[in-house]
Amino acid sequence: MNPKRKQRLILILLGVCGLTVAVFLVIFALRQNLNYFFTPLEISNGAAPSEQVIRAGGMVLPGSIAREDGSLVVNFKVTDYAAIIDVKYDGILPDLFEEGQGVVVIGKLDDNGLLTADSVLAKHDETYMPPEVTHALEQAEKAAK
Amino acid sequence: MFPEFGQFSLILAWVFSLLLAVMPLAGVVLKKQALQQTATALSWAVFFFLAVAFAILLHAFYHDDFSVAVVAANSNSALPWYYKLSASWGNHEGSMLLWVLLLSTWTVAVALFARTLTVELKGSVLGVLGIIAFCFLSFVLFTSNPFERILPMVPADGSDLNPLLQDIGLILHPPTLYMGYVGFSVAFAFAVGALITGRFDASWVRWSRPWTNTAWAFLTIGIALGSWWAYYELGWGGWWFWDPVENASFMPWLIGTALIHSQAVTEKRNLFKSWSVLLAIFAFSFSLLGTFLVRSGVLTSVHAFAADPERGMFILLILGFTIGGSLLLYAFNAAKIKTSGSFELVSRESFLLMNNILLVVIAFAVLFGTLLPLLADAFSWRKLSVGAPFFNSVFNFLMVFLLSLLGIGQLLRWKKHNKKGWRITLLIMLVSAVVIALILPWTLSGKLYWQVWLGMALVFWVVASLVNMVIERTRNSRSFIAGIRKAGVGFWGMWLAHLGLVVSTTGVVLVSNFDIEKDYRVEEGDSVQLNNYRFDVDRFQIIQGPNYVADRGVVSIYRDDKKVAEVNPEKRYYSVQGNVMTEAGIDGSLLRDLYVSMAEPLDDSRKVWSVRLQVKPFVSWLWWGAALMALGSIVSITDRRYRLKTSSASVEKTL
Repeated sequence: MNPKRKQRLILILLGVCGLTVAVFLVIFALRQNLNYFFTPLEISNGAAPSEQVIRAGGMVLPGSIAREDGSLVVNFKVTDYAAIIDVKYDGILPDLFEEGQGVVVIGKLDDNGLLTADSVLAKHDETYMPPEVTHALEQAEKAAK
Repeated sequence: MFPEFGQFSLILAWVFSLLLAVMPLAGVVLKKQALQQTATALSWAVFFFLAVAFAILLHAFYHDDFSVAVVAANSNSALPWYYKLSASWGNHEGSMLLWVLLLSTWTVAVALFARTLTVELKGSVLGVLGIIAFCFLSFVLFTSNPFERILPMVPADGSDLNPLLQDIGLILHPPTLYMGYVGFSVAFAFAVGALITGRFDASWVRWSRPWTNTAWAFLTIGIALGSWWAYYELGWGGWWFWDPVENASFMPWLIGTALIHSQAVTEKRNLFKSWSVLLAIFAFSFSLLGTFLVRSGVLTSVHAFAADPERGMFILLILGFTIGGSLLLYAFNAAKIKTSGSFELVSRESFLLMNNILLVVIAFAVLFGTLLPLLADAFSWRKLSVGAPFFNSVFNFLMVFLLSLLGIGQLLRWKKHNKKGWRITLLIMLVSAVVIALILPWTLSGKLYWQVWLGMALVFWVVASLVNMVIERTRNSRSFIAGIRKAGVGFWGMWLAHLGLVVSTTGVVLVSNFDIEKDYRVEEGDSVQLNNYRFDVDRFQIIQGPNYVADRGVVSIYRDDKKVAEVNPEKRYYSVQGNVMTEAGIDGSLLRDLYVSMAEPLDDSRKVWSVRLQVKPFVSWLWWGAALMALGSIVSITDRRYRLKTSSASVEKTL
């Protein structure tokens, strides 16, 4: 083989190896970091896996926000008007987190159906509704029919 | 009356952009010089009428003309004048107008500075830019008209600008970012122009390089400003979220970085020609994709002003047309590009090739992670999202390779590296980097994480390489200063940009691993110890701002019983839109930021609050590094060879 071809071959092989590694890396990283969305109805039906990070969304049930004294732990309920789930969160809530407003929580479910949230997302202005919440409400409406 | 003039001006700009899109290119096809020469005048016409339109929009915002819909929706008479003006691009319609205005600014700049271009190439380049301008002007006119009126019921006052956008960051971030996005259109137009005219002599890369570098510098600054703005304005101290909108600006940056390096090879060695053309197409395509993602409303974030499916479809059409058209042109003409010359495995070329492969792979991995949720949604699979850890692990993993290769690659010579003793030099660099990275963080913090060690080892590895470069360059000169001068601005531009990369990497590694963040429940008089710092909560008070009311905390920070800072975090309530905003109290310095944000009152007296306290070491290095990169990019284009007149004779010779 002449040196020029040999050198090209080496470069192409390097490129292919690099791409293969990258593809495997992407797939591997993806498997652990895909967060599926579940509606409160799906969660209460047991459709959501426990001990795996999921997203859930709905409206914060009015009157359900309860703070633990002396700490930042908050308990509240999220509903799609078809089912209700319990959420526990230790930390600072977003500015526009309010009763009766749309919210998306990201965290893990335990066996009792309590969702311990790592983060809570609320809308960022008065008129905006997280699309996932809209989706959850639509699903619940469909199920009710 | 004024807004109607604006509208009229916009229509004239649209007409001229259509002429610019058609006439010069028709001239190229028909080989009529007279038609090709219309490009310059038409570019100026488009620019002039767009500038008039934008000035009229600014005028409407400045004078609170609430009969104009965008003014009524995004401004308020109580706003300070500078926010009134910047509000003109703090909304969908106005920002798209700014986008087109900047595009035509670049177009005019090409017409002005590219005097040495052949008439044919100049006509093609300006014509291609005209096509893009026409597409986006149609978009503005037909789907996002900023001059739409609300008549006859003119509102008494505007509904205010989102408080997040009432900030110096908003004044600067969008125009710089857009300059970067749109700037890649020039490299794109040069590439497409070369494909149309079929001339790939060495000079088209030389013409196109300064434009690529300038656009890249703007994009770098724009992204850094966005990150900095999110850091201090969103109130919780995050500086990068792998949010789809951030990714939308990061992907063209990655491809643009690859393009800069590939163009260097094309100019110096006449290699990678078709690859450079392809990257130029990709860089602009990613910019358009970014515009689509942000402007179409398929994403929801601070940036998505309005969700309007019609707009989304329109941009998607432009996207398909531009990418499809240019790739088709590439497919038919790329075979004409002749490459000659060879290089060894250990040479600058092959390392730049690996740099390109890595950057492109990173860009496509980011693209994949960004689009997957949208695809899943479009095909009605499950609703899902791709978490930040995905991007972090892929990006960090590939960056390890990129930085390792950079340390070697920048030392190598073109074509074949045959310097004696370079392996020993590398070994010395490697050992010193590994040892320093092991010792330094440990002595400073007393802790040892493998991530910090690896990250800092890479940093010191590249630093050692940068030092080595300076030694090499100055060794054979009469004096150190003479050597520095002789190295040339191209060298120093590269050196600075790579130094910037190292500075940013240092910031990322240290702030990601050593930042401390804790939430507390505090009342007046409380004192909280966080590592070496003591935060004393002196008092909470209520203050009245120009268009908001705020709870303000007064927090003194002590280190070893010596007061180092006093910060005033605020919780603001904007009455017009009923928005609440967290304004963090930050004490910044080169080595650390102290960051205090007030979350929410825990009782009715408003004297007990949940607060978040953070110590963020080296966080500002992130943005200083970006500034250095941009500076390096600009320094390198001051090189004389970019300003030399290439006489037509020498152009003919290289063909």
